[in-house]
Amino acid sequence: MADATGILVIGERPENGGRRGITLELLGAARKLATETGDSIDVLLLGAAIPEPEANGLIEYGAARIHALEHPLLGEYNPDIFTTTVTEAVRRINPSIVLFGRTEMGQDVAPAMAFRLKTGVAMDCLDLTVDPASKRLVMVRPVYGGNARANYMVAQGRFPQVASVRPKTQDPAEPVAGHSGEVIRPQLDLDASVARTRQVSYQAWEAAEGVSLASAEIVVSGGRGIGSAEAYKEVIDGGAAILGGASGASKAACDAGFAPPGNQVGLTGQRVSPKLYIAVAMSGASQHLAGMGTAKNIVAINRDPDANIFKVSRFGVVGDYKQVMPAFLAKCRELLSQGE
Amino acid sequence: MPLHLICCVKQVPDPETPAASFRVDPGAKRVLPAPGISPVISPFDEQAVEVALRIKDARPDTRVTILCVGGDTARDVVRHGLAMGADAGMLIKDPTLEAMDAYQTAYVLSLAVQRLAPYDAIFCGRQAADFDQGLVGIGLAELLGIPALINGQNAEFIADGTVRFERVFPDGIGVFEAATPVLTTYSQEVGQPRYPNLRNIMAASKKELTMLDAAGLGVDPAEFAATSDLTELYIPQVNTECELIQADSPAEAGALLALKLREAKVI
Ligand SMILES: Cc1cc2nc3c(=O)[nH]c(=O)nc-3n(C[C@H](O)[C@H](O)[C@H](O)COP(=O)(O)OP(=O)(O)OC[C@H]3O[C@@H](n4cnc5c(N)ncnc54)[C@H](O)[C@@H]3O)c2cc1C
Ligand SMILES: Nc1ncnc2c1ncn2[C@@H]1O[C@H](COP(=O)(O)O)[C@@H](O)[C@H]1O
Repeated sequence: MADATGILVIGERPENGGRRGITLELLGAARKLATETGDSIDVLLLGAAIPEPEANGLIEYGAARIHALEHPLLGEYNPDIFTTTVTEAVRRINPSIVLFGRTEMGQDVAPAMAFRLKTGVAMDCLDLTVDPASKRLVMVRPVYGGNARANYMVAQGRFPQVASVRPKTQDPAEPVAGHSGEVIRPQLDLDASVARTRQVSYQAWEAAEGVSLASAEIVVSGGRGIGSAEAYKEVIDGGAAILGGASGASKAACDAGFAPPGNQVGLTGQRVSPKLYIAVAMSGASQHLAGMGTAKNIVAINRDPDANIFKVSRFGVVGDYKQVMPAFLAKCRELLSQGE
Repeated sequence: MPLHLICCVKQVPDPETPAASFRVDPGAKRVLPAPGISPVISPFDEQAVEVALRIKDARPDTRVTILCVGGDTARDVVRHGLAMGADAGMLIKDPTLEAMDAYQTAYVLSLAVQRLAPYDAIFCGRQAADFDQGLVGIGLAELLGIPALINGQNAEFIADGTVRFERVFPDGIGVFEAATPVLTTYSQEVGQPRYPNLRNIMAASKKELTMLDAAGLGVDPAEFAATSDLTELYIPQVNTECELIQADSPAEAGALLALKLREAKVI
């Protein structure tokens, strides 16, 4: 599409299972890009009902136009319905850049939309910049399970440039005083026959007690070296309870049955960015680091001084966790009971 | 009617290669093979084959075809699929088909799938363990005009023409249904793929393996255009200095660690 201009953020809303918070993170990334490209920012919202204050409320974060697309079929998430709606909106708005979150929706819709528009897309981006010479988008993403990093650009002449961005990697946008914009509510024709798949049921994992892994400020995480489900419960779940955090695990610990599958952190598990990540008896495989490498402070307890996990840690203890952890947790409990 | 299931598998450098042996050639934008470590079938693709074979276990007249676009050694991963129990293989190999982007890969696969038609379902990995894109499966579905269901742990045919699919979400499992043909992608929740047994390994060498090059497949140069460019490949810098806590005993080190974290205002 020639004359494509502007950055379009694909917002998400809890109404249809979207990830709270990603919209402001994408707006933060869009604002950074816009200072270099001079683009204006649009936001797309989808739902059965999008209250005016919700749509309006995004303007102060730097958006020029909020496109609120309402239709009864958008009240629940369906990959085909969302792909068709987003693709049509992108054709109409004709942006130069489209930003998705690398969420459940983003994993379906970003690739499908890009293929329909015969344009390029990069998934799970950690960083987005602008190439000074061509002014085109540079998309930085982890590859080879996090062992390497790759920069991608959409092929010259193809629009829009589509990126899906890893949640919690972008600073959320802050309000801009005096910023003005408008809410647009276009008419939407949508036929239920667009949906070729349908969800018939949903079975939630047994909800973990206490803090959820995704939002926890502190994560205590156990690896294969923990050795048993009992030890995991005692040291990892117990440690998380003392510190007011959530329990995580490596794939090896989940596969061995020490930890429930929903606790897995990594490339193919949950992505977390807590203030403190305590990695106990895990080696720090690149696929694990892919899920927690952005934690502000990583602490490792491992009996192998050459374990890769120490390479990304701020503090480390070389030793058997069975001896280190009880003393560590006892001291934490003591310090926490004393207050700040 | 017997089912026909097509599994798309890719050969990748062993993803369990230790970080210390992992090297890239930034000029060529390629990963250098680690000495002594052989490339493997991408793990999620192997799990996709496992799900197809579970369906074949329940309905033995099901035909499972392994499809791969790859280089000189890629025959090994097709053979691996056959040794697991698949019925036939197709390997697309051509020097002009190396270093393709997701669009080109999906385009080439779509031509191969059309050769293999009719089919009931296509099985892919959720992402190939080299560039971790997660694009080719959905892209292939788009080019073929069929629906895609992604990130699965299992699938079954519940009635002729209907697939029931279990998608893994961060907080649970969603069950989906779709009319065939459908493309599905799989993740580790599938569980351990079956290990080829001796009888199947022997049988694999006698199974039908079709080899095609770009011209034989009918690749149209006008359609075969990349939509994205890999502009740089590098190993990320880690600049954390780890402070190892030293003490007389592991227990003392543990207590000292708590004090350090308090000092650093982390707890
Ligand atoms: C495609 C793909 C996707 C993957 N996705 C993920 C993912 O999402 N998440 C993930 O975690 N992994 C993932 N993996 C697996 C990953 O490659 C590693 O195999 C896994 O992370 C290893 O887990 P671990 O560190 O617990 O086990 P190990 O590598 O076996 O490490 C155990 C560690 O515990 C230490 N230890 C043992 N006993 C003790 C003790 N008593 N006290 C102190 N230390 C001790 C050992 O020194 C060792 O360092 C994936 C792999 C592939 C191929
Ligand atoms: N060269 C290939 N040959 C066969 N299947 C492939 C190839 N490349 C990708 N695929 C399939 O597409 C999935 C996703 O690949 P990707 O988008 O590269 O992560 C893989 O897990 C495979 O099932």
